[in-house]
Amino acid sequence: MSSKMQSSNNIAHARRTVQQLRIEASIERIKVSKASADLMHYCGEHAKYDPLLMGIPASENPFKDKKPCTIL
Amino acid sequence: MGEMEALRKEADNLKDQITEARKVVQDTTLQEAVAGTALVGRVQLKTRKTLRGHLAKIYAMHWGTDTKFCVSASQDGKLIVWDTLTTNKVNAIPLKSSWVMTCAYAPSGNMVACGGLDNMCSIYNLKGKDGNVKVMRELAAHTGYLSCCRFLSDSEIITSSGDCTCVLWDIETGTEKTIFAGHLGDCMSLAVSPDFKMFISGACDFTAKLWDIREATCRQTFSGHESDINAIGFFPNGNAVITGSDDATCKLYDLRADQELVTYQDSGIMCGVTSLAPSLSGRLLLAGYDDFNVNIWDMLKAERVGVLAGHDNRVSCIGVSSDGMACCTGSWDSFLKIWN
Repeated sequence: MSSKMQSSNNIAHARRTVQQLRIEASIERIKVSKASADLMHYCGEHAKYDPLLMGIPASENPFKDKKPCTIL
Repeated sequence: MGEMEALRKEADNLKDQITEARKVVQDTTLQEAVAGTALVGRVQLKTRKTLRGHLAKIYAMHWGTDTKFCVSASQDGKLIVWDTLTTNKVNAIPLKSSWVMTCAYAPSGNMVACGGLDNMCSIYNLKGKDGNVKVMRELAAHTGYLSCCRFLSDSEIITSSGDCTCVLWDIETGTEKTIFAGHLGDCMSLAVSPDFKMFISGACDFTAKLWDIREATCRQTFSGHESDINAIGFFPNGNAVITGSDDATCKLYDLRADQELVTYQDSGIMCGVTSLAPSLSGRLLLAGYDDFNVNIWDMLKAERVGVLAGHDNRVSCIGVSSDGMACCTGSWDSFLKIWN
């Protein structure tokens, strides 16, 4: 690659970098206090439906092998 | 001033602007916000099933949607679809290339996909007329290994590659619809947002990027990790992203605040994170590490609340079923384990 092509590639890359940074700089941001509150709220609302968090009673656990019963 | 110099200056200015804008909204930290919240009690999960059948290292697994079926990929050259309740193998699919690094289950349950050092993403139809599972499409265009793939539907799939790009494919025509370029290092992992409008990618340039699928643009870039990002996932409401890295930490980034909220780290953990999955509510983060363990973190309080120790080699992949009932781990020891 000639050095002219090299430098025009570099310039093209630099232009793309600046264009991308402009996009990322322009977004609207919410406060961390609101972001945190929303995450906490979501966890709180859905905790009772989270089997790994709440534990699964043996009778409702489709993965738990039922132990064989013997009739005495 | 030459154009190159001017562009470099503008780039630096914009980076400073972004840093400043993130500071402006940092009115508190997640740690402060959850100070009054109790830590989750110790989480103790038991191995309920062991899926035996692969003859070499397992590199990837993916649960089907609304099902107890999952697919796993091993460098023994097989994709196996498992009924995790019975441990039966529903399908054992021989691969053309045994150097597989990723697999995915289509949400419909009709297809699975895989790829690796062959640089291709192969799509298999599970519901063919004669009952045989055949290659439906071979998606070839990446110039580097396929690290991850995820179906949007039966007609579209997104792939990430060692060639530093991600691609949205039209499965029907086998062509690239969109190329997502921007990462400066191998893309290692991707995850699709719950509403299917966005996806995130983690790469060896230590950053995670959020992409708008239809606009074909990168919306945000998240830095902070000190090494390759190997694993990435969405918090269940789609508003935050979790990453796992070779720097031995996981991080939580909030999309709307555009910044890192917390790092999950422990001085006792010195090996890389290979895989991660949140529990259904997002309160628990399950992460697989190179030291053969899975650590369970309280995602809000950023403390370890459990360990899954059961594999005899690196945990390479992990997933939580869509109803949250079980966690599946896959390992270089050739076994998959189901825990709850």
